[in-house]
Amino acid sequence: MSIASLYALVGVGLFCIGLHAVIAYDHLLRKILAINVMGSGVFLILIALARRGGIVAPDPVPHAMVITGIVVAVSATALALGLMLKVAAATGRAELGDEGGD
Amino acid sequence: MEALLSAIPWGPVLILLPLAAGIVCFVFPSTAKTVGLLTVTLVPLAVAGLGWRLLAHGVYHHAIGGWGAPLGIDLQADGLSLLMLAMTAVVGFGVSLYATGYFKAEKSGRFWPLWLFLLAALNALFLSGDLFNLYVTLEMIGLAAVAMTALEGARGALVGAMRYLLATLVGSLAYLLGVALLYHGYGTVDLGLLAARVTPSPAAWAALGLMSAGLILKTALFPLHFWLPRAHASAPAPVSALLSALVVKGSFYILLRLWLEIFSPMSGGVAGLLGLLGGAAVLWGSSQALRQTRVKLLVAYSTVAQVGYLFLAFPLAAGMGLTAWSAVVYLAVSHALAKAAMFLAAGNLMRFGGHDRIVDLDRVVQRLPLTAGAFALAGVSIMGLPPSGGFNGKWLLLQAAVTQGRWDIVGVVVIGGLLAAGYIFKVLGHTFTQADVPHEPIAVPARMQWAAVLLAGGAILLGFLAPPFLALLAVGNPFAAGGAGS
Repeated sequence: MSIASLYALVGVGLFCIGLHAVIAYDHLLRKILAINVMGSGVFLILIALARRGGIVAPDPVPHAMVITGIVVAVSATALALGLMLKVAAATGRAELGDEGGD
Repeated sequence: MEALLSAIPWGPVLILLPLAAGIVCFVFPSTAKTVGLLTVTLVPLAVAGLGWRLLAHGVYHHAIGGWGAPLGIDLQADGLSLLMLAMTAVVGFGVSLYATGYFKAEKSGRFWPLWLFLLAALNALFLSGDLFNLYVTLEMIGLAAVAMTALEGARGALVGAMRYLLATLVGSLAYLLGVALLYHGYGTVDLGLLAARVTPSPAAWAALGLMSAGLILKTALFPLHFWLPRAHASAPAPVSALLSALVVKGSFYILLRLWLEIFSPMSGGVAGLLGLLGGAAVLWGSSQALRQTRVKLLVAYSTVAQVGYLFLAFPLAAGMGLTAWSAVVYLAVSHALAKAAMFLAAGNLMRFGGHDRIVDLDRVVQRLPLTAGAFALAGVSIMGLPPSGGFNGKWLLLQAAVTQGRWDIVGVVVIGGLLAAGYIFKVLGHTFTQADVPHEPIAVPARMQWAAVLLAGGAILLGFLAPPFLALLAVGNPFAAGGAGS
């Protein structure tokens, strides 16, 4: 197995770990971090698969995608963290819970 | 004149105009209302310009910056994109008109930038021709929509927005992973090039699964609809209208495109599964709507049901592609108009009585006749009674189902219609009667009532416009690959 496919498999592993955590844990910060782990997994896959074997230079397009993806991930995380603080201030705990109130 | 119309790059205009206006609204909140209204008036004109171009010259292509497909970003539009853009422009105009009356000064300064960003993102989505661009627009839509859901700042709205944000981010990442696999397998993210290159292979199957799952989560197809009712019901009325009418359609549109252009040769069993989930969504969503005691939650569950109809077409498309897909687009557009009208009417009821408990609605028909009328007209289209866009869509769907002997789907459509009648008349019935606890009504501005009537009237009008609608849809033949003729 080449190093590149090893990295790609690790990426798939990270995606799955993150997906598990986002469902399994209640605390919002954990959920937000889990989504970031999923995102890192996808980015790792994109980077790893850009290397198409041998000594050919890696394909730059997935790298451009990853940079765009990171920008999106940063903005999404910022919004999520801000919203989490608001939720914590309004409900007293940083969890979703089932009752929403009105 | 004609040369001028051809020279204007309608695609970039449709994206840059709301984007620039959104920035202006954000920087100068005092101008927000004026700039916002001006923009949502100009956007339908730009869509009309693009429509004229499509009819005159066929499918629209625009290479941004002159770079061209594999390296640069291409915008493209065919009949399907045009109808989605027109739906966005019309619903956006109606809701904006409503929002001028709904939001007070401070909230207004926050609503307009977010809504204009959302509009730019939706337009960009419907004009995109490559998978990665679609990912970026999906995220832009998600972020703007979540922020708008939380606009009210109340506890329920914040929790609903948070749940929505988590769901939409997970959905986007699943979609992005699918994009990565397709790019690795076939070396491009351009829809047209992928259509020619994709063959059934493990990578393509994995991508199909991941992208479908992610988009289904964002479209809130049963059983992944858990985030929708709370988020849509707790948002301010104009925002609920935009979310239910347009945002859900954005991710559905991507799924439809993927299906039509890339995955049509390998869709067999998955199409059956999507149809099954769609049927379950119709029955579950409608029966949940029937159980609700609040107008906004009822309308939100009705969206879960109506999304189900869109997926009923997938198993029918193999035999009767054109009819089934036309039914989907018809249902999507008429649902957008009718559901927006319903949420706006629900907002009026809330403003009027200070609550949206169905049993406590107090003589609404006498005191808010326009709002009650708008709710009823929108209900006609949601139930699928003639004449309305909803009826035409269901008729086409039934035609495809009956011809292929899919009586199970026919049954679901009929039962779904009956349940819809049940929950709509549940609300309408209480609008005629006096409540146990009469209350002092609060005046509702006329334009908030007329905006709801305008959109509901649009859903009815769509029932008379079948020939031009289907002719527009045929521009560029978007359903050529999605099934063998009609």
